[in-house]
Amino acid sequence: MSDNRFSIEINAISKKYALGTLNSGYMTFRETIYGLFERNSSSKKSIYALENVSFHVDEGEVVGLIGGNGAGKSTLLKILSRITPPSTGYAKIHGRIGSLLEVGTGFHPELTGRENIYLSGSILGMKKQEIESKYDEIIKFSELEQFLETPVKRYSSGMYVRLAFAVAAHLEPEILLIDEVLAVGDLKFQNKCLGRMKNISRSGRTIIFVSHNMSAINSLCSRAILLDKGQLIFDGNTAEAISKYFEVSFGKYGEIRWDNIENAPGEQGFKLRSFEITSEDKEPLTTVRVDEAILLRITYRTLKENMQFRIALALYAGGVCAFTILEPEENIRKDIGEYYSEVEIPKNFLAEMNYSVYLSVFSSAGTKNHYCRIPNLTMFQAYDPMTGASARGDYAQNIEGIVRPKLKWKTGLKSRQTE
Amino acid sequence: MAPLQNTLDENFILIEPDKIITLSELFEFWYYRELLFFFIWRDIKIRYKQTFLGFTWVIIQPLFMILVFTYFFGELAKVPSEGVPYPLFSFAGLLPWNLFTEGLNRSTTTMITNAQILTKVYFPRIIMPLAGIISPMIDFAIAFGIFTILMLYFGYIPGINLVLLPLLVLLVLGTALGVGLWLSALNVLYRDFQYTLPFLIQLGFFLSPVVYPSTLIPERFEYLYALNPMSGIIDGFRWVLLGTNPPGFTLLISIGVIILLIISGIIYFKRMERYFADVV
Repeated sequence: MSDNRFSIEINAISKKYALGTLNSGYMTFRETIYGLFERNSSSKKSIYALENVSFHVDEGEVVGLIGGNGAGKSTLLKILSRITPPSTGYAKIHGRIGSLLEVGTGFHPELTGRENIYLSGSILGMKKQEIESKYDEIIKFSELEQFLETPVKRYSSGMYVRLAFAVAAHLEPEILLIDEVLAVGDLKFQNKCLGRMKNISRSGRTIIFVSHNMSAINSLCSRAILLDKGQLIFDGNTAEAISKYFEVSFGKYGEIRWDNIENAPGEQGFKLRSFEITSEDKEPLTTVRVDEAILLRITYRTLKENMQFRIALALYAGGVCAFTILEPEENIRKDIGEYYSEVEIPKNFLAEMNYSVYLSVFSSAGTKNHYCRIPNLTMFQAYDPMTGASARGDYAQNIEGIVRPKLKWKTGLKSRQTE
Repeated sequence: MAPLQNTLDENFILIEPDKIITLSELFEFWYYRELLFFFIWRDIKIRYKQTFLGFTWVIIQPLFMILVFTYFFGELAKVPSEGVPYPLFSFAGLLPWNLFTEGLNRSTTTMITNAQILTKVYFPRIIMPLAGIISPMIDFAIAFGIFTILMLYFGYIPGINLVLLPLLVLLVLGTALGVGLWLSALNVLYRDFQYTLPFLIQLGFFLSPVVYPSTLIPERFEYLYALNPMSGIIDGFRWVLLGTNPPGFTLLISIGVIILLIISGIIYFKRMERYFADVV
């Protein structure tokens, strides 16, 4: 009796693909005929895209599904939306299910915007009557009133995506499966989409939401499931799932160490020993919160006396250099031995970005010398736990920028309008 | 308690590795009937989007075919035409033949051209070849209009048998569906099937009485010939439109073959459809 309140029941689902059929599944008839004459060779290897995954989703629950590429997220959504069958196991779905695995599914470039609303809506599972009743709303959301009679092939990619999402966003099944649809359009539209998603998630519908955007997952989902290499490795609290996700996908980046001095990077008497990201109290970190300070610490060995150089760390985000931290002067390391240098990035300075660290050790006094240069030393993702203490305050949507310092605001009344 | 629970819990979808065809799938098909309509509507819309070219092509294509047939088969080769003017005779054969081949062409490739939809949304896949078979009805209607004009020009008025025409059209669609289901499923699994289709259609053209009357077939091959369902249907078309000899027993064989094709086609298609998204 009690299982009636589950919207989705997934029981020991596995999905096996024969190796080699992942990219091009189809064969030619000729190959099959030839295949009949081949000995049953050992070449029939297969891999599991999903292995023995089970979980339940309650009615009205919004669950995030996270994991790296190839973790099996999309396969799971495809099984639940009945696009592909599981190899073993079963799932029970209670209620009308709709899936949004891509924006613009079923759009045809020759048809006009208006025609595509009907076509795409119908393909996504809406009844004609339903589309008609939501037609005005869809158009208003897309902001494309004056282009409805234009063939979609003349649309800019932004317009296309806006129309596509507008249709998709008005899909109202009891259970909704969503795959990464937020990564569309310009920033303004992305925020609008996120806002819409929030509304949907508050409307009491059951949602499974797949995304690589951890702040979206964090703000939308009350619970998250982490998949890795086809297996469910965590199911529970969203923040915890996200930190596990970073741990799995980036490893313990909190520490990179070269134990063998022979292989350690560096030249002209400089040898790098380790690079660490730690909390203020020197605990190695696996996740970086934007609302807590972190220490970047390098240890290195000098093989000569009186070495003079400067250490610089450049942090790259979104393809550009977010900022560079460098020692203000070229210090002399007088003794031969092991040194450390560390620098603190204050709390509420980083944005929710994936930062990659570029280390450079050099001197420019006299002759220019490079002692060590490592472009992609490590990578870390900073995330906002949405406690309200960060620079975003109570603003829950996307914020542009590669750093996000928390700065003081002051607002006062300059003069009161008298009339 | 477990079985009771299942009966109480009437409204759920079960997703399993292997599913046999169930009655509920028929209801499901009914639920998706609007989508079938939208696919047909889309096909027609796109075909006539460049209105001028789309429309004129539908008129020009059969007219030129008839012209060529009449000259080469009717005039030069002196192919008999059961006492009917040759243009009318061949046109009456071309009408169902074009409806059949156009449906076959569209339904065979529809899974590949719509792969993007296939891998992202669920619906009963059978809707796709079905839409491909039904949408050429517009072309058929236009061609039929031209045929009517030609018929009046030659002074032919069809008799009471004309009421059987819709039934014959249904048989054409049924043939296209039976063959189309097989070919569309095979084409997803073995992509080279698509290339054999023009050859098969050409072969079928000469194995069907489009440009010649089936009376030319020696009597000992008659039943073998009737295994091609289009032969009985084309004879039937000429019978109801032009008053030639009724197809008789061959049409019954055709109907039997069609039913067999559709049933086996549905079973094969249904068995394969769950894997389409994996391989397409």
